[in-house]
Amino acid sequence: MSHGPQAGAGQVPAPSPHAYSAPYEPVFVGARRAELDTLLTRYPSKMAALLPALWMVQEDRGWVSAEGMAEVAELLELTPAYVKGVVTFYTMYHQHPVGRHFVQVCTTTPCGVCGAEDVMKALLHHTGCGELGLTSADGRFTVIEVECLGACGFATPVMINDTLVESVTPERVPEILAELD
Amino acid sequence: MGYPHPSHARETPVISRYFGDPGARTLEGWKQRGGYEALEKALGMEPADIVTVIKDSGLRGRGGAGFPTGMKWSFMRPGDGKPHYLACNADESEPGTFKDREIMRWTPHGLVEGVALGAYAIGAETAYIYIRGEFTEPLYWMTRAVEEAYAAGILGANAMGSGKRIDVHIHRGAGAYICGEETALMNSLEGRRGNPRIKPPFPAVAGLFGQPTTINNVETLTAAPYILKNGAEWYKAFCLSSPKSTGTKLFSVCGNVRRPGNYEVVLGFPFKDFLYDVCGGPPEGRKFKAIIPGGSSVPFLTPEEADGAMMDYEGFVAAGSMLGSGGVICFDDTQNMVRQIARLTRFYAHESCAQCTQCREGTAWTTRTLERIAAGEGRAEDLDTLLSVAQNMTGTTICVLSDSCATPVVSGLKKFRSEFEALIPKTRSQVAVAV
Amino acid sequence: MADQKMISLTIEGRTVSVPEGTSILEASKVAGVLVPHYCYHPGLPVAAVCRMCLVEVEKMPKLAPSCATAVAEGQVVHVHSERAREARKGVLEFLLINHPLDCPICDQSGECELQDYTFAEGRKDSRFLEPKRFNPVEDFGGDVIYVPNRCILCTRCVRFMDTVAKDTVLNVSERGDRALIGKFEGKDLTHAWAGNVIDLCPVGALLSKDSLNKARAWELDRTASICTGCSQGCNMIIETRDNVVVRQRPRPNADVNEFFLCDYGRLNYRWLNRQDRAEFPMVRLQGNFAPADWEVALESAASLLNGRRAHVVASPGLSNEALFLLKQLVDRTGGTGVFRVRTGPEAPLPGVEDLALRADRAPNVTGAELLGFTRTERPFQGLGAGEVLVVADDDLDGLDVPALDGVAGVIVIGTTLPLALANGVSILLPIANVAEEEGTFTNLRGRVQRFLQAKAAPALARPSWFVLGDLVQLLGSPAAYYLASEVFAALAAAQPEFRGLSYERLGLRGLPVLDAAAEAAAGVPAEAAR
Repeated sequence: MSHGPQAGAGQVPAPSPHAYSAPYEPVFVGARRAELDTLLTRYPSKMAALLPALWMVQEDRGWVSAEGMAEVAELLELTPAYVKGVVTFYTMYHQHPVGRHFVQVCTTTPCGVCGAEDVMKALLHHTGCGELGLTSADGRFTVIEVECLGACGFATPVMINDTLVESVTPERVPEILAELD
Repeated sequence: MGYPHPSHARETPVISRYFGDPGARTLEGWKQRGGYEALEKALGMEPADIVTVIKDSGLRGRGGAGFPTGMKWSFMRPGDGKPHYLACNADESEPGTFKDREIMRWTPHGLVEGVALGAYAIGAETAYIYIRGEFTEPLYWMTRAVEEAYAAGILGANAMGSGKRIDVHIHRGAGAYICGEETALMNSLEGRRGNPRIKPPFPAVAGLFGQPTTINNVETLTAAPYILKNGAEWYKAFCLSSPKSTGTKLFSVCGNVRRPGNYEVVLGFPFKDFLYDVCGGPPEGRKFKAIIPGGSSVPFLTPEEADGAMMDYEGFVAAGSMLGSGGVICFDDTQNMVRQIARLTRFYAHESCAQCTQCREGTAWTTRTLERIAAGEGRAEDLDTLLSVAQNMTGTTICVLSDSCATPVVSGLKKFRSEFEALIPKTRSQVAVAV
Repeated sequence: MADQKMISLTIEGRTVSVPEGTSILEASKVAGVLVPHYCYHPGLPVAAVCRMCLVEVEKMPKLAPSCATAVAEGQVVHVHSERAREARKGVLEFLLINHPLDCPICDQSGECELQDYTFAEGRKDSRFLEPKRFNPVEDFGGDVIYVPNRCILCTRCVRFMDTVAKDTVLNVSERGDRALIGKFEGKDLTHAWAGNVIDLCPVGALLSKDSLNKARAWELDRTASICTGCSQGCNMIIETRDNVVVRQRPRPNADVNEFFLCDYGRLNYRWLNRQDRAEFPMVRLQGNFAPADWEVALESAASLLNGRRAHVVASPGLSNEALFLLKQLVDRTGGTGVFRVRTGPEAPLPGVEDLALRADRAPNVTGAELLGFTRTERPFQGLGAGEVLVVADDDLDGLDVPALDGVAGVIVIGTTLPLALANGVSILLPIANVAEEEGTFTNLRGRVQRFLQAKAAPALARPSWFVLGDLVQLLGSPAAYYLASEVFAALAAAQPEFRGLSYERLGLRGLPVLDAAAEAAAGVPAEAAR
């Protein structure tokens, strides 16, 4: 993928040693199942609960595996292929395991003109990831470029898992990373 | 107000008044600030009367298209026996725009109130707020606000004791710019790929789940309770230039500017004053080279064009651009416009839903060509090809993402052509071809 | 329908009147104007994504996708205006920028709509200087392989599996120019009707493994036929190259199979090319089974049948014409006519009403019944001593053939010599198979449909109706038949259900037989009822 508009998007990081080998345990049991059932009352179709259900899988497992897609498909009376088509449309669902801290740096134009590329390079350097989309050898970090985080006035915004850090500069990167386990 | 900066004297904070005020985030705090009075008033009115007030106020869609809100609401025919839906578009993803984020972070109850009011006005018992997946903090505050509102009986089967059912649900997106397009948003909410739909049918006829649906932007719905509370005339009086553009509007300002942030001004405000006075002008020692006034999908303005523009729907069109979402992106004289335009088209190439041929192929082609030119490997004929490709991408697809990608190319080549030419080698280098 | 509101509009200067709600694209067909298109298919929901069918409509600011734009009264449509042609030229260029341009090795070449429209309206060169996108070929399972580099993302295949087969095993994966048709690992295109995605694909992206590299499109001869795979009677095209059947594809018929053909029927053609065919009439003389000329063989058969009862085991794969004559043979000898039907699991195509791979795996069960043959699972039951066993095109595979010591003789009228009979056959009359002759079948809903000759019969084999016509004449029938249509005319005159039908009236879409009882009850004359 040397010529794609989004060079990082198609790269597959090194799988974590445990992620693929463990037998799949269903996500939607107990409280999670009850949560999904509640969710289903909010929509006139089961299919509408697809995005939220996939979020639940990702929250619990850190990514959306093929087994996860199949489980959601069965619960919502969809086919696994349909679910996969939806999963691959949305960039926030991880189709492979990612680092403990998933770092998204916005490099779209408004941040780009404020030096976001340098922030990205600093993140790649200080996390040890080296390349976009790859996970650091210690499994702590995965860094990706993201298209517009909707915080353009706070260039450069960086999302670390669910936390948005505003106004990041290359100089601030080491201290921000130091606070993470 | 100019969050994160203190309010500027020339701002007119209506919906941004409580930005930066954590007390406004809770139900109690919101009520202390006059919250939910408008909803209570609305629930005592006939829906048609609410629509009339909104119509009279001149409120227009704040998401980008600028369609008159009252008229949109009036398309929802009462008593047609079908379930109606309101979808609140909180998928704010237009580069340069971050106003809805602040509305949801600081005044979540303001939006809940607006959504409930809008739902009642169009005869909907169910409303969904579709929040883009990256907005984790807004999602947190909105979820909390909705829970509080349910617990207080503001939402639910007997909203504020009116006997009317109003359900509001939060729906989280998962990373797709195009879901801000109204029909793509509906598809996404239904659990599909976020592909825009062909129109007709229009949402008011067959929208969400095939039922009559209205989709409004966060800022639009947040403004509605203020209008209902203070009257159409009050809102209409906010007008500095074109009588077709009334009210206040949040402008997000970013890029190479001294005080980036959100500023609320009366529509028709002079853009020059806004840029240099309210936002502080370009960074020290630099000059503006280009301004995008309404989010990345609208044409560039040169500083001269910007200086003469009035900040409303008609004013920006007269200046050669559009009001769009109100996302003002500033480029100073250190920026290379070719690289910036290439970065913009790359955004669209990444976000194209892949349905329409021109968009799927054209956005990527445009990006690769621009990146090649930016890398110093351009050819003289590339510029004509770019314009021709842009023309083929304009007005030919289901939605306007394709057009939005072509816009910066066309306006960039028109206004900054010399920067492109400067990057193209005068004599074509002999490229070694591996055989 | 008479009560439907009609809309008049002008397309390329031609005024047409079409029902309200018709798309401009369909109205253009009525006007005799082809609007180039890819994603639109009349058997699928409208997607309007390829943007190829853009046309100029007066008073509309933008070009309109003709597939998704309904006709309006007084509309003036320009399909070939400068603006519309330029827009389509742009689409064609976009579709080709990442295309490998590998027509010389592509199976679709010659029947590729990307080739055709590029030839008609495309640019002669490409302005695309960037590296092309690449994705590897993928086996989709079933009979289908996917060549993503040639894919134009029209999504016909996805929509077919989703809304017609109702088995969503295909999707559009990813987005932007990374998008491609995908499936879920381990879930293949195994649906009984999945092969239709190959026909639906307008380009060389979805290909049949079965016909891969067999022929170039321009080397094929195409003949209208009827599928013999089951009693549904799907209309199809037999494609031959140098007298060999290499592919079968659906032929649209809204009354039977819409646009579709199941994989079972589609791939059920190798037997048409069998090499071990009965090629010469054979007669057993003093224990010696040897070739004879047709005159000798037919006269031997007639003399064997003379004065004896014939027990006819017919095949429901025989045409109405052959069965009609065979029934005369039964009647003239005072014998019996039976047939058996092979069966298999039924496989419906859920998105089309009354369309399925039927349990009865033969094309003319209804015809055999209407013409007086009795369905049985034990076709030899009742075969009496001294009778003549006539086996007409049943290979007898899977049957327990009883000892034939008591019978007066065995006549085989068939494309092959049944193995089970080998040494007991008295006379063999070799006939053409369904691809080698003309005739009609009656499907399970009573629709009579013609099939045409697609290839030559081997050696001295003759059409079944021709052989049986001669034989029946030798048994005393006054009629002589020189054309299949003459046999059908006689059938239509003799059989009340077929009254009023003729080859000319049947055309290539067929007509239903009369519901004789209903007609009698209503007192409607045959002609008026049609």
